[in-house]
Amino acid sequence: MKRLVALLLATLLVAPALAVEPSEMLPDPALEGRAREIGRELRCVVCQNQSIDDSAAEVARDMRRAVRERLSAGDKDEQVFAYMVARYGDYVLLKPPFKAGTWALWLGGPLVLLVAGGALLIAARRRKLPVAPAPLSEEEQRRLAALLDR
Amino acid sequence: MIPELGHFALILALAVALVQGTLPLLGAARGDDRLMALGRTAALTQALLVIVAFGALTQAYVTSDFSVANVVANSHSAKPLLYKISGVWGNHEGSMLLWALILALFGAAVAIFGAGLPDTLRSRVLAIQALIGVGFLAFLLFTSNPFERVSPPPLDGNGLNPLLQDPGLAFHPPLLYLGYVGFSVTYAFGIAALLEGRVDAAWARWVRPWTLAAWCFLTLGIALGSWWAYYILGWGGFWFWDPVENASLMPWLAGTALLHSAIVVEKRDALKSWTVLLAILAFSLSLLGTFLVRSGVLTSVHAFAQDPARGMFILAFLLLVTGGGLALYAWRAPQLQGGGLFQPVSREGALILNNLLLCTLAATVLLGTLYPLFLDLLTGNKVSVGPPFFNATFVPICAPLFAALCVGPLLNWKRAELWPALMKLRLAFIVSIVAAIVAATAIDSRATLAAVAFGFGVWLIAGSLAGFVERVWNGRLRTLPRSFIGMTIAHAALGVVVLGSVGTAAWNTELIKTMKPGDTAAFAGFDVKLDRIENLQGPNYIAERATLSLSVDGKPYTVLTPERRLFTVQRRQVAETSIHTNLLRDIYATLGEGGAEGGWVIRLYYNPLAPWIWLGAALCALGGFVSLSDRRLRIGAPSRTRVLTQPAE
Amino acid sequence: MNRHLLFLLPLATLALMAGFFAWSLLAGRDPASIGSVLVGRPAPRLEVKALREAEPPLTDALLKSGKPVIVNFFASWCTPCLAEHPLFARLAERDGAVIIGIAWKNKPEEARAWLKRLGDPYKFAGADLEGRTGLDWGLSGVPETYLVDGQGIVRRHFRGPITERDVNETIMPFLKGAK
Repeated sequence: MKRLVALLLATLLVAPALAVEPSEMLPDPALEGRAREIGRELRCVVCQNQSIDDSAAEVARDMRRAVRERLSAGDKDEQVFAYMVARYGDYVLLKPPFKAGTWALWLGGPLVLLVAGGALLIAARRRKLPVAPAPLSEEEQRRLAALLDR
Repeated sequence: MIPELGHFALILALAVALVQGTLPLLGAARGDDRLMALGRTAALTQALLVIVAFGALTQAYVTSDFSVANVVANSHSAKPLLYKISGVWGNHEGSMLLWALILALFGAAVAIFGAGLPDTLRSRVLAIQALIGVGFLAFLLFTSNPFERVSPPPLDGNGLNPLLQDPGLAFHPPLLYLGYVGFSVTYAFGIAALLEGRVDAAWARWVRPWTLAAWCFLTLGIALGSWWAYYILGWGGFWFWDPVENASLMPWLAGTALLHSAIVVEKRDALKSWTVLLAILAFSLSLLGTFLVRSGVLTSVHAFAQDPARGMFILAFLLLVTGGGLALYAWRAPQLQGGGLFQPVSREGALILNNLLLCTLAATVLLGTLYPLFLDLLTGNKVSVGPPFFNATFVPICAPLFAALCVGPLLNWKRAELWPALMKLRLAFIVSIVAAIVAATAIDSRATLAAVAFGFGVWLIAGSLAGFVERVWNGRLRTLPRSFIGMTIAHAALGVVVLGSVGTAAWNTELIKTMKPGDTAAFAGFDVKLDRIENLQGPNYIAERATLSLSVDGKPYTVLTPERRLFTVQRRQVAETSIHTNLLRDIYATLGEGGAEGGWVIRLYYNPLAPWIWLGAALCALGGFVSLSDRRLRIGAPSRTRVLTQPAE
Repeated sequence: MNRHLLFLLPLATLALMAGFFAWSLLAGRDPASIGSVLVGRPAPRLEVKALREAEPPLTDALLKSGKPVIVNFFASWCTPCLAEHPLFARLAERDGAVIIGIAWKNKPEEARAWLKRLGDPYKFAGADLEGRTGLDWGLSGVPETYLVDGQGIVRRHFRGPITERDVNETIMPFLKGAK
C-alpha cells in the first residue's frame, strides 16, 4: 500500500504527460491505429481503471512501446494480447476473456433478461384479459342501425 | 467556538432524529395525533440544526480556520473563495455532512409540502427518513467528525486536490447527493406503504414528484460529473465505466424504471409490489454506491480516502436500511393485491418491457462492477472489467429499449394494436434509416455500428416527436398535459445524448504532435499555429500556457489557450484544456510535456456533436422538471377515494 | 409458497453481496493488488546489460544454476527500495543468498552511486534503463522481488518492499528448501 502511494506520488510529480506521446507513435498510420485500438483494451497495471492508452504512468509507456514493437514485428492482435497476458495475467485485459471463471460475468446480464422475460411472458399468458368480444354479426349490425335510426 | 457550536448542533440533530424516528411511528401505529404531529416539528428542527452544523463548517473553511483538522487537510488560505466553499464537501467528512444536510432538508420538505398526505403516511415517511438520518449523523459523529480540532493549529493548510478545484466539480457532488438522497424519500414512502399494507393510485401519485425531483437532480449530477471528466482528464473521454460512475448509474437506472412503473400503479393499479421494490432499490443502490466509493473494497480513479473501519460501518448501515427494507418487503409485499388485467401488447406491457430492460442494464452494471471482487475472493484470480466489456454487454441491451421507447407511448392502456402505433411512426422510421445510411456512407464508412447507433439516436428524437406532433395536429396542444410534454422532451433528449456519444466516440479525429513556437500543422480543415508558450502565475498555481491560433484559408478562426498548471502547495500538475465549441462540435486542445529545445506536445481533438451529450442530459432533466410541474401533481394530494374512482386515461 | 420465495429473492441477493463485502473487508483484501501469473512457471527471459562496468551481461544461465536465486528490481529514486535494502544486505552476507539486482529505469551511474553508499548485496547486477526486462518479468513498479528455484521456476513474487516477516517466513525456508 505504501509503495502504491509512493508510486502514485512519483507518477504525479514526475510524469503528468498525457498518455500517448508523439515520439512513441509508429510512422505507419494503419499499424499505429491498431496499436491505439489494442492500447484501449489493455489496463495500465499501476493506475486504477485506466487503459494504457489513457495513462501517463511509466509502466503504461513501456507497455505501449511493447505493443508497437510486437506489431512492427508482425504479430497479430491476439498475439499481442497473449504477450501481455503471459506477463500480467487476465488482469491486464479490460475486456475479460470468456472462460470458466468469467461465464457468470458474461452471461449474467442476458440470463437475467431471459429468465425474467420468460417468467413475465408465461405470467402474461396465464393471466390474459378475456379476448375482445366478437364483432357484431351482420344481423346484429342491422338491428343496431335500426335502433339508432329510431 | 463556532466549530464547537457546529459539533453541538450535530449532536442535538442526532437526538432530534432519534425522537423523529420513533415517536411518530408509534403514533401512527396507535392513532395518536399528538405523537404523529411531533414528526413535522422534529423534521423542521432537525433540518435547522444540520443547517447550523453545515454553516459552522463552511464558516471554518471560508475564514481558513486551521485549528479545525478537516480544514487543515483540505483547504489553504491562498485558495479562491469558490473552492474554499466547495472544499467543504470535497472530502469524506464534509461530503457526509452534505449528505446529512440534504437528507434533513428533504425531510423538512416532506413536512412542509406533505400537508395533504394522510397523517399516518406522513408520520411514517418522516420517521423512516429520520431513521436514515440517525445512521448518517451517528456515522459522522462517531467515525468522521468534521469538527475535530488540532492543537497547535498549523500556519496553513494542505490545500484541496487540484483536480477538484474546478467549477464543474464544485457543484457535481451537491447535485449528485440531491439525487441519491432524494431517493430516500421514495424509499421512505415504499416502507411506509408496506407498513400500512396499502399501495394504490394515490400513493403512486404522492411518491411521483419526489422520484421525479431526485431523478432530475441525479441526471444533472451525473451529466456534470461526465462533463468534468471530459474537459479535465485531458483526452476527451466522457464516460469511463469506473466504479464511481457505475455507482451513480445504477440508482439512475433503477430510478428511471421506478418513474415508469409508478405510472402503471397510478393509472391502472397494477405492478404494485414491483414498484415498491424499485422504490426500495433506488435508494439501496445509492447507498451501495456510497459504500463502494468509501469503503475501499474496490479501487477507482476518484475514490475518497478509503478506510476499512468506515467501510464496516457503512456496510452495517447498508444492511440495516436495505436488508430491513427488503425483509419487510418479503414479509408484506405478497399481501399486496394485484390490480387491473392487461394484454401483453398494451401501454402496461410496454412499461413492463421498459422495466425489464432497465433492470437488466442495472444488473449488468452491478455484476460488472463487483465481479472482480467476487472472483478474487473465490478463486484468487484477478480480472479487470472495463469499458470494452460494458460496451459489449450494456449497449446491445439498449437497442431494444430504444426501439421500444418510441412505440410504448403510442399504445393504449389495457389492450392495444401494435400495427396502428407502428404506422404512426413510419415517417420517423424512414428518417432514422436514412440517417443511418447517410452516416454509414458519408461520415465514416468503417464505423458500421456507429452508424446504426446514430440511426437509433435519430429514431429516438423523431419517434418521440411523432406522438407529440400527432396530438398537436389534432388541435390538442392546449389540453396537452405537462407530463406528456415533459415525457416527449426527456425521450427526445435521450436521442440527443446518443447522437452526441456516437459523434464523440466514433467520429472524432485527433492530432498529437510535438510543436515549437512558430510551427504549424493542418488539422480537421484548420491551419493550426503555435504562436507562443508563456509562463503565468495564478492565485495558487503557476502555469505554462500555449497560444494556438486556428485559421481557415488564411482567415483567423479562433485562438485556443491550453495550460499546464502546477499547484504549488500539493506539487501536482493539472492540464487545463481549452475548448472551442459551436454546439455542433468541440475543438479541444491540451498542452503536454515539453521545453524550448524539443518543443511541446500538443494534442488537438475534433469531437463532432460532443456538446450534445450534456445538452441532451440537461434537456432530459428539463423534461423531468416540466413533468414535475404537471397540474395533477401541483393541485396537491388527491383524496384516496377521488383517485380511485377516476378512470384511467 | 412458491410466490413467497420469489419475494425473498432481493433479500437473498443482498445477503450474498453483503457476505462478499464483509469477507473482503475482514480478510483485508487489497483491491489494488494485481497478483502475479509468473508463480509456478519458468522465469522469463533474462537478458540485460551489467550495471557494474567491465562485467558480462546477465543471461538465463544465472537462473538455471541448480541453486535458488533471488531477483530484485530496484531503483535509486525509489524510497521503499531504501527500506528493504538492509534485508538484502543481510541475506547476502549472513545467509549467503545469491541475489540478482536489476536497476529499473535508473541511470547506471546513479544506481552505482546508490549501491556504493548503502552497500552492494548483489552478486550479479543488471541495468534495465528502458524497462524492457521489467516488462518481460511482468513488473508493475519497483521494488519487486522474485524467488526462482534451481530449475528456473518462479516460486514467489513480491510486489512492493519485502519485510522482516517475508524474510523469516518465506525467503529463508525457500533458500533452505530449494537447495
